[in-house]
Amino acid sequence: MSILVGDDTRLVVTGLTGREGSYHTLNNRRYGTNVVAGVTPGKGGQDVEGIPVFNTIRAAVAATGANTAMIFVPARFAADSILEAEDAGIATIIAITEGIPAHDELKVFNVLQRNPDVRLVGPNCPGVLSPGKANVGIIPAQFFKPGNVGVVSRSGTLTYQIGNELARSGFGNSSIVGIGGDPVPGSSFVDIIALFEADPETELIVMSGEIGGSAEEEAATYIAEHVSKPVVGYIAGLTAPPGKTMGHAGAIVSGSSGGGQAKIDALEAVGVRVGRTPTQVAQIAMEILGT
Amino acid sequence: MDLLEYKGKQVLKRYEVPLSAGAQAATVDEALAAAEAIGYPVVVKAQVKIGGRGKAGGIKLAADADAVREHAGAILGMDIRGHAVHELWIEQATDIASEYYAAVVFDRSAKAPLVMLSTQGGMDIEQVAAERPDALATLHVDPLVGFQPFHGRRLAFEAGVDADVVRPVGAMLATLYAAFEGEDATLVEINPLVITPDRRVIALDAKVTLDDNAAFRHPHHAELDDASGADPQERMAAERGLTYVKLDGDIGIFGNGAGLVMSTLDVVAHAGGAPANFLDAGGGAKAEAIAASVEVILSNPNVRAVLFNVFGGITRCDEVARGIVDAYALLQPTVPFVVRLDGTNDVQARQLLADADLPNVHAEATMDGAAARVVELARAGSGSGSAGSSA
Repeated sequence: MSILVGDDTRLVVTGLTGREGSYHTLNNRRYGTNVVAGVTPGKGGQDVEGIPVFNTIRAAVAATGANTAMIFVPARFAADSILEAEDAGIATIIAITEGIPAHDELKVFNVLQRNPDVRLVGPNCPGVLSPGKANVGIIPAQFFKPGNVGVVSRSGTLTYQIGNELARSGFGNSSIVGIGGDPVPGSSFVDIIALFEADPETELIVMSGEIGGSAEEEAATYIAEHVSKPVVGYIAGLTAPPGKTMGHAGAIVSGSSGGGQAKIDALEAVGVRVGRTPTQVAQIAMEILGT
Repeated sequence: MDLLEYKGKQVLKRYEVPLSAGAQAATVDEALAAAEAIGYPVVVKAQVKIGGRGKAGGIKLAADADAVREHAGAILGMDIRGHAVHELWIEQATDIASEYYAAVVFDRSAKAPLVMLSTQGGMDIEQVAAERPDALATLHVDPLVGFQPFHGRRLAFEAGVDADVVRPVGAMLATLYAAFEGEDATLVEINPLVITPDRRVIALDAKVTLDDNAAFRHPHHAELDDASGADPQERMAAERGLTYVKLDGDIGIFGNGAGLVMSTLDVVAHAGGAPANFLDAGGGAKAEAIAASVEVILSNPNVRAVLFNVFGGITRCDEVARGIVDAYALLQPTVPFVVRLDGTNDVQARQLLADADLPNVHAEATMDGAAARVVELARAGSGSGSAGSSA
């Protein structure tokens, strides 16, 4: 098994006809992802290397049975595109787009919250990879192979770094989930950790957090009460100065909230082992799984 | 983007938030002209993006032209906790009966705007929240419903504001929320919000933060940015479209991906060093972009060594290596480079660097090893003038 994307994924891509959208979608298809449709208003009836394009997500779903959407449209159209996917009955929405206004994310979150059947991953994330099954997004799949470590992260490159160190030591992944670096992510650590806890293939969970917000503290509370599998943590940005946004819109220590040490303390207090460097994270994971 | 007080007030004025009359001034003469137009007494206020201006002597009451001249002259050019004063806001003096606090903040955890009101104005609100939580009324607003008049009444009654100003304080909160929503702000804070002896409600200060990601629907936001206070490297980076944050140390950092760059800063600090900057070159960084980044990093005179830490996903390591070689030829750096490239085409990248055989460029295989190396080289560089030799 795996989570969010896998053998039963039927993917529709908004923004397929754009340069980035077509490049990454075709990469995903080459990996084995079942890409069934693209959506670009006004380009219905065309195709991109055999992938049929529709004018609306609703029409794409009706014609192809798409159950997963990848959002690749520019930031100013992205909130609308996510809401269109929800309205069309898509269950899993993965938003890669970076730079969506925070107020748009707030509205999207509050709309989706009323629909228990839909899950949004991202925005501003690298997507989800279930090695050997499906890749939806921009994660470089060549570094990962199937296995029993579930990874959830706010950062793309840091995920690749940690995943690659695990892979070199012979470990594989059930799924790699990028939840994104924005202030209002559609899915939190808690949401994804709950999916990994329920996934029989996942035996160890790696969570890679960073400064800003309180999602890591909330994860610590959830882990203490609901998670039986071992969790290894990492927090980036310990030495970042307060009041400065460190690349990700959500990575900022404001006043007394969002600091890295408090997140490490919260995780360690509930028995999560936290690596001080990405290399240490891989070493701890190997110790727990036994090499 | 954090706004100066007077620019925040420009934004709030469009939403009919009640304010005192005022004018901006960049010289003593302009301050004087503004004061004459407004009428005495006036308050001369330093415009810097940091709290505690009053205590630092950056806010002064002036009863006449001589006082304006004296205070404007003293405050312009003043350094308030590292922030140089380039501009003043000359404002009509306001009589104060009570000082309240009001704010609309973007509450990430609750996924909703949080509106706050307190009768304990003029103080640090985190202190009020900690010491007298009952004195701070708070309310989350459903962003799909928006701020309703009853929200304003509820907050005003719960905060215990004077009965005769419940209605105007509630109305003030509605205007602040409208500005917060309408301008894509992530913070609108009024401290103090004052009640005058004749029972008017006025926003005496304004702290407004706007969401840079929403700039596309607010063309006028570009005029609200003030580059004058910005650090020279940060300005140079912004002109080149780079994500750069200046830090206090002496080790320049180049990396790709916000998380990996943050992690690199931490690993360097863990190895005993102090990073001079955060720089995220982003995905798919090409050779020209790398040269532009290196130029920004090296323009900081504190930099004694530079660490390149790249994981190639979409980014190809051989492209990065080529970019480093080009940047080296172009900029002729006098400080050592430590390069750690991992991921897509890393083997070719290392070969490329080995073939180029640049003096003072050191390749390392791991992140931890590279951090230790760059710290050692920066230390060697800070002693005599000679750079460390490769081992």
